[in-house]
Amino acid sequence: MAWAILIAAVVVTVFPFYWMVRTALTPAGDLFADSHALWPHHPTLINFERVLGMTSSEQNRAAGGSGAQINFLWYTLNSIIYSGVIAIAQTFFCAMAGYAFARLRFPYRDAIFGVLVAALMVPPIFTLLPNFTMVKNLGLMNTFAGLVAPSVLMTPFAVFFLRQFFLSIPREVEEAAVLDGVGRWGAFWRIIVPMSRGPLITIGLTTTVWAWKDYLWPLLVGRGEHTRVLTVALGVFLQQSPNTQPDWTGLMAGSTLSVLPVLVLLVLLGKRLVQSLNFSGIK
Amino acid sequence: MSALTGWTSSRTAAARRDGRLAGSRRPRRPRDDRRIAPLFIAPVLIGFAVFYVYPTVRGVWYSMTDYSLLTSPSYVGGDNYSQLLHDDQFWNSLKVTAYYVGINIVSQTVLALGLAALMHRLTRSAVLRATLLLPWLVPNVTVGLLWAWLLDANLGFANHLLHAMGMGTVSFYSPNWAMPSVALVNTWAYTGYTALLLYAGMLQIPQELYESAVVDGAGEFRMFRRITLPLLRPILALVLVVSLIGSFQIFDTVAVVYRGSPIPETRVIYFYIYQQAFTFFHMGYASAVAMVLVVVLGLLTFVQLRLLRASRSDLG
Repeated sequence: MAWAILIAAVVVTVFPFYWMVRTALTPAGDLFADSHALWPHHPTLINFERVLGMTSSEQNRAAGGSGAQINFLWYTLNSIIYSGVIAIAQTFFCAMAGYAFARLRFPYRDAIFGVLVAALMVPPIFTLLPNFTMVKNLGLMNTFAGLVAPSVLMTPFAVFFLRQFFLSIPREVEEAAVLDGVGRWGAFWRIIVPMSRGPLITIGLTTTVWAWKDYLWPLLVGRGEHTRVLTVALGVFLQQSPNTQPDWTGLMAGSTLSVLPVLVLLVLLGKRLVQSLNFSGIK
Repeated sequence: MSALTGWTSSRTAAARRDGRLAGSRRPRRPRDDRRIAPLFIAPVLIGFAVFYVYPTVRGVWYSMTDYSLLTSPSYVGGDNYSQLLHDDQFWNSLKVTAYYVGINIVSQTVLALGLAALMHRLTRSAVLRATLLLPWLVPNVTVGLLWAWLLDANLGFANHLLHAMGMGTVSFYSPNWAMPSVALVNTWAYTGYTALLLYAGMLQIPQELYESAVVDGAGEFRMFRRITLPLLRPILALVLVVSLIGSFQIFDTVAVVYRGSPIPETRVIYFYIYQQAFTFFHMGYASAVAMVLVVVLGLLTFVQLRLLRASRSDLG
């Protein structure tokens, strides 16, 4: 009985994804006839070719699309750059600060840290409006600089999380290195960072997932073709397809593309990702 | 606090080591990193000042101005706030959000608790855990699209199932169904994640407690109520705080499913702020609504943290 519930949970979790892929493999013309078949009668890759920009507008229209050229490969690349840059830079800078707040002695250290953590309470939309006007006034609309600006240097959570971990490393470890004359920076870079690979990867992964899912900020700042990320592209794609008869097969092919990279991430780093929850959830 | 004591003890240790090496009893000068520390914290401080502190101050200022994004803001005092009080759409958006949060939090927490307990008592399978995490990894936009298709009134699989079970067609986008549908879709997306957080908490409960309970002849349900639930309370409370605040921020799913123009029954507060700011260019008014959201979330956090503290002292 208990196992049955667990299996049911897995089915409910996985089935929508299966259905997404199945729909993506269905020719648009068969959508109605095949609407409930577990496998399309005439499976096709045309929808994937369509969203990858490999087809002409005539072919797109014939396959049930709007005829507009779409190139999800480009948007996927944008998404990868967006989340990659933010994850790497943010993890690096927050590790530096986390180390300083955990170990270095300087005036107002705890007060500054306190203010930083208090920022966790402010809902993102509140700072989002002024950040938008700032990026706009700086002329950074539709640039990657504008896209990554608010989160590339820090988030309060990452500083908090990494400081917490650095506090748990015994002091003696780097104290000896400092006495040997490598200095604070040397101790941080050569001793602390290699020792903290686990938490650093954890926060990097969490940041990647967060940036990958991000929608509102890229929608406001990166709507233009060159800076459009996957989530925004999917929204635009939906708006282009007719309200009365959405281009479901194309949409599901695009959706599949937005799931594939994270699926790869999950397969490669699933264990680390699952473990990271044990870290981050409870402190 | 602990950082400070740790520092002193390691300092004496270092001094002792120093003394041994140099053969003298000269105490080391207290270390001070005020020269190197600024380098370590500079990037984070700049990011914090420019993208958190400054916008917060700006946001408060905007909320007291009339600002269309095209001209510069002009001060109007508390006008935006008094306008809020008579704005039916604003009150509606609060109501809709609360309705959503209510359904979402209850279903998500109950299901996640059940799932976590089952996993805890049955299996440590990493594959199972990774599978349950999958929906959390996917952008809300994809989740929204995926379920918009599954819940489609004509061709959707959900209605096919309902037909197979002898029930009529449900149009999930209709005013009555819209918000519960969105809430359940996001329950699907976040239950696995929540379950894994709770599961991680359960792993910290000593196994012996269950073993002795089994010896005493307690059933699974009784053990859940008497052991798991009470010992999990602090973590459960923490997870609740985080997911409650998170679910107030629903936006993506609604924005995608309703293609940027939701029916009033689904116009959640985030969407209302977004619309005021970027569709009608009422930046000042939008900031005032966002300010109210800050206060609401602050109050909720405060109340929940009080409960959290209460549950901690409960356990001793």
